[in-house]
Amino acid sequence: MKKIIQKHPLAIRWFHWINFPVLSIMIWSGLLIYWANSVYKIQVGNVLIYKFFPKGFYEALGIPYHLGKGMSFHFAFAWLFIINGILYVAYTIFSGEWRYLLPNKRSFKEAWQVLLHDLHIRKFEPPQQKYNAAQRIAYTAIIFMGMGSVLTGLAIYKPVQFSWATFLCGGYQAARLEHFMLTIGYVLFFLIHLFQVIKTGWNNFQGMISGLEVIKTEKKISANEKA
Amino acid sequence: MKKRDFFSKRTKEISNASYKRRMLFSFILFALLATAGISAWKWLNHQPKEGLALKPLRKTLELNERLLQSTFDTGKLSKVYAEKDAVKNVRVNGLVGMLKTVDTSSWRLQVVRAKGDTLKLSLAEIKKLPRVDVIFDFKCIEGWSQVTHWAGVPLKTFMDHYHLNTQEQMNYVGLQTIDKKYYVGIDMPSALQSQTILCYEMNNKPLPMNQGYPLRLIIPVKYGIKHLKQIGTMYFSNKKPPDYWAERGYDYYAGL
Repeated sequence: MKKIIQKHPLAIRWFHWINFPVLSIMIWSGLLIYWANSVYKIQVGNVLIYKFFPKGFYEALGIPYHLGKGMSFHFAFAWLFIINGILYVAYTIFSGEWRYLLPNKRSFKEAWQVLLHDLHIRKFEPPQQKYNAAQRIAYTAIIFMGMGSVLTGLAIYKPVQFSWATFLCGGYQAARLEHFMLTIGYVLFFLIHLFQVIKTGWNNFQGMISGLEVIKTEKKISANEKA
Repeated sequence: MKKRDFFSKRTKEISNASYKRRMLFSFILFALLATAGISAWKWLNHQPKEGLALKPLRKTLELNERLLQSTFDTGKLSKVYAEKDAVKNVRVNGLVGMLKTVDTSSWRLQVVRAKGDTLKLSLAEIKKLPRVDVIFDFKCIEGWSQVTHWAGVPLKTFMDHYHLNTQEQMNYVGLQTIDKKYYVGIDMPSALQSQTILCYEMNNKPLPMNQGYPLRLIIPVKYGIKHLKQIGTMYFSNKKPPDYWAERGYDYYAGL
């Protein structure tokens, strides 16, 4: 016998693995578009700290001169990104999964403890349900970022038709910058997520595929069970 | 709280055989889905191209256009700015089809009313029609924008004046530069908006050569690629007129 925990419902695994390639395509096609007017940089006074993006970066990824292609992919795959996002949120609401995802009043304090623990500064690991406090905040924030991308995206895509969206974003160029910053946010999220998944190990990772995780019991695993 | 406890709620004992079956099943399903996803991506990228854009993507762009045209108000206008907001140094972009000089004593705007029936108008005649100012945030498809100040006659006023009423009922307006090397097609509802002008002035002065002297289109509900400079010919059609950038993989509608 095996004691398992049914961690991720099929629907959530489905939404997760659809979102991954779709968001990747959105970021890639977004880069093809951004390249045509790649004006953003981090600068302090007259000192240029980083230019988004260096020439070598574009060339390595084959980005230059694909604006039209980028737009055709971006405005088609945006549908999948939006539909998948809406279905995911609706599912978490109706299934009750939101309970494990939304931060509660303890989460913000606990998230700090999680961070200290992850950085090996403190031994104490706060108790958790499905997700710890930092995960709750991250997985909820990413949904708001997704909504932000849709809003800022509409504001850039149809600034006349959706003039209200452009207004909410603080103008057309402001919307473009916000849309870009959200994308940088996804990349950072992805890098941290990937690092954490690798660190946590196979049992956790395969849970996003199989949906279940084996609970390791204290008792010794008999030779019988091993086979 | 206990009732909602995730671990107690979701923990279960299953036999080793059942565990193995479930693992195998999920991993096979995952592999199948991944293969399907990769195949779909490859399929998409090997589709024939229509105007340099992959056909399914072109169809989606056209679907977006239809949805936006039917769901939203095509009469919606671009935001208007004050004259002081307009920049002095107007960015120049797009030199395809541009001549170095145009002699306005011989230049005529050719309006093709029907096959073999072309109206020829001089700049002076066009300037006699009511003049309106359009100050708006000009948006280039590359991503930059500039508040700029233009003036000319609204296309709708122009068409009404020359009794082009049957032409107004058609689906598209086609425009070509004098040398016909650059050309656009515009849907009629956008063309007939009050902000769409046949423009002959920028910042209260005649259009500079590189901004489309003697006459250009200004259509604030479209990206700059549709604001054709140095208009030579105007015609009307129920079918989509050829469009320079749509043939190079861009959205035909290019509406904002």
